[in-house]
Amino acid sequence: MTTATFAPAAPAATKSPGMASGLRWLLSDTATLTRRNLLAVTRIPEALFFSTVQPIMFVLLFRYVFGGSIHTDATSYVNYLMPGIFVQTVAFGAVSTSIGLAEDLQKGLIERFRALPMSRGAVLLGRTTADLIRNIFVITIMTIVGVLVGFRPTTGVLHYLAGIGIILLFAYALSWGFAIVGLSAPNSETAQVMSFPLIFPLTFISSAFVPVANMPSWLQGFATYQPVSVTVSACRSLMLGASSTGTGRSTGFWVVQSLAWSVVLLVVFIPLAIRKYRTRT
Amino acid sequence: MPIAIEVENLQKTFKGKREVRALDGVSFAVEEGTVFGLLGPNGSGKTTAVRVLTTILRADAGTARVLGHDVQKKAALVRTLIGLAGQYAAVDENLTGRENLRMVGNLNHLPRDVVARRAVELLDQFNLSDAGDRPLKTYSGGMRRRLDLAAALVARPTVLFLDEPTTGLDPQSRNDLWEVIERLVGGGTTVLLTTQYLEEADRLASSLAVIDNGKVIAEGTPESMKADLGATVLEVGLPSIDDAARTGVILDGLGTHAALVNGTVVEVTVDEGPQAAMAALRALDSAGIAPQSFNLREPSLDDVFLSLTGHRTEEVVSDDDGDLSPRQKRKKKRLEELAEALPVGTGEFS
Repeated sequence: MTTATFAPAAPAATKSPGMASGLRWLLSDTATLTRRNLLAVTRIPEALFFSTVQPIMFVLLFRYVFGGSIHTDATSYVNYLMPGIFVQTVAFGAVSTSIGLAEDLQKGLIERFRALPMSRGAVLLGRTTADLIRNIFVITIMTIVGVLVGFRPTTGVLHYLAGIGIILLFAYALSWGFAIVGLSAPNSETAQVMSFPLIFPLTFISSAFVPVANMPSWLQGFATYQPVSVTVSACRSLMLGASSTGTGRSTGFWVVQSLAWSVVLLVVFIPLAIRKYRTRT
Repeated sequence: MPIAIEVENLQKTFKGKREVRALDGVSFAVEEGTVFGLLGPNGSGKTTAVRVLTTILRADAGTARVLGHDVQKKAALVRTLIGLAGQYAAVDENLTGRENLRMVGNLNHLPRDVVARRAVELLDQFNLSDAGDRPLKTYSGGMRRRLDLAAALVARPTVLFLDEPTTGLDPQSRNDLWEVIERLVGGGTTVLLTTQYLEEADRLASSLAVIDNGKVIAEGTPESMKADLGATVLEVGLPSIDDAARTGVILDGLGTHAALVNGTVVEVTVDEGPQAAMAALRALDSAGIAPQSFNLREPSLDDVFLSLTGHRTEEVVSDDDGDLSPRQKRKKKRLEELAEALPVGTGEFS
């Protein structure tokens, strides 16, 4: 170590945040933490595997192993499958929001953040924003994989992008929900264990992989109108036309349903997550 | 000397399965530019006091001020003045040393060029330049603590809180950190240090408060505490536990405090070392007890603690994890990990 002294100097930062600099700090702190969270994704091999290789395996599994036994009248099975895979991927990915936050709490990092003069909201915003960006990356990869195995969207680029937008908004809402799970868990392992029982029924008792019509009638109502299914149907309608859902409903119907779910979930989850973050000691 | 940290009647109770009174009316004051040691065993309330002072936790009652600013009413301002290095080495495993320092600099809203410059300076000052661009996963326990401390210094805080900065470190790393802390104080920074190592408090702190069960049970300089206790410690090793018990009874009358029997070793603090030693030897001889060892030594802060609380600092009250808070479990786990990572020894080096 060198012999340099550590004489304290007047901090260079502005002392009291006004309204404008408060917002500026929220944005800059969120950007700092978003970058930090994204760097972590690239440096944890498990996380990278979880968010890219696993969904590819699901595509191959359903496309080539199960797909032959699943009959879809309105469109080819691979076309039917891909919107479902997109939504499943972001839904599973939302679990990483809970794991990441639980880990930050467990390791004492959030303790350090709380003693820094940073924006209070930046921890949650940075986490959910990083997950949003990761989702954009993952869906791009999944689109390429889909095309390679025969996925052929029929409605044009704008509709396709609108479908992606619907998924990303839904994923963002889920991230806030799983932030609550992460803030409630004592450690990251428990966060993961707590998350899957929530996400499994939503992704598999749905229209993501198989048409709901073949399920027992008592299950069909839930499987058709739960949030994952309506988002899959909205995405399917936008990418392949309304008839591809095999439900007889219009594109607008599903899009409105999905948007409504996302908005409601955000309105409920964001304040709950913020409260949980504030009270968690 | 102006006061940098002022704590009055601080109280905090954690409600849960079992109510824990972490702070039960704690008061103390720290002068600017000094190192203040908050000394106590696990679970005594040291960390809770630091968490209140660093605005992480709200106290139930009492006031705490840093440089005259109330930590609850002026939390945002206080955060710009303080630095915190914790016992958990709260740094991001997945980032490099430099990235960690830059992150903290950015979150302190320092200008970009200052952030980059500070990261370089601190890596250099903490002997981490070579490791600066490696992820923290590859760092040793000592390197992690150094980086943690560096992160606390990015914004050049006027008041620095060090929560058990060397717990679980090997002797060499501890010494390195002690040197850094001594240099910091030389530069005018006020430091509040919590520790369970009496040697550490003795070496670094100019004044001390001993805390146990959420209460300050003694205050003063390390020297005055040792002086209060008695000038010399007489330490007698016996061949059997029976002999030790008998010796305890014999030596009780000689000391300034009751003799302490610990296995086959008996300790008593005395005012006049040589005279007391002669009296002790005569008494033992006439009782037919032959000691195996016989030492006179300066009292350590460990002796102070023992005489104040009746238990030693390193004693863990319970091994049952069910009684530990998540924070304490985390600490225990971390210590176990650190102990595993070290080639020799565990957390005790005195």
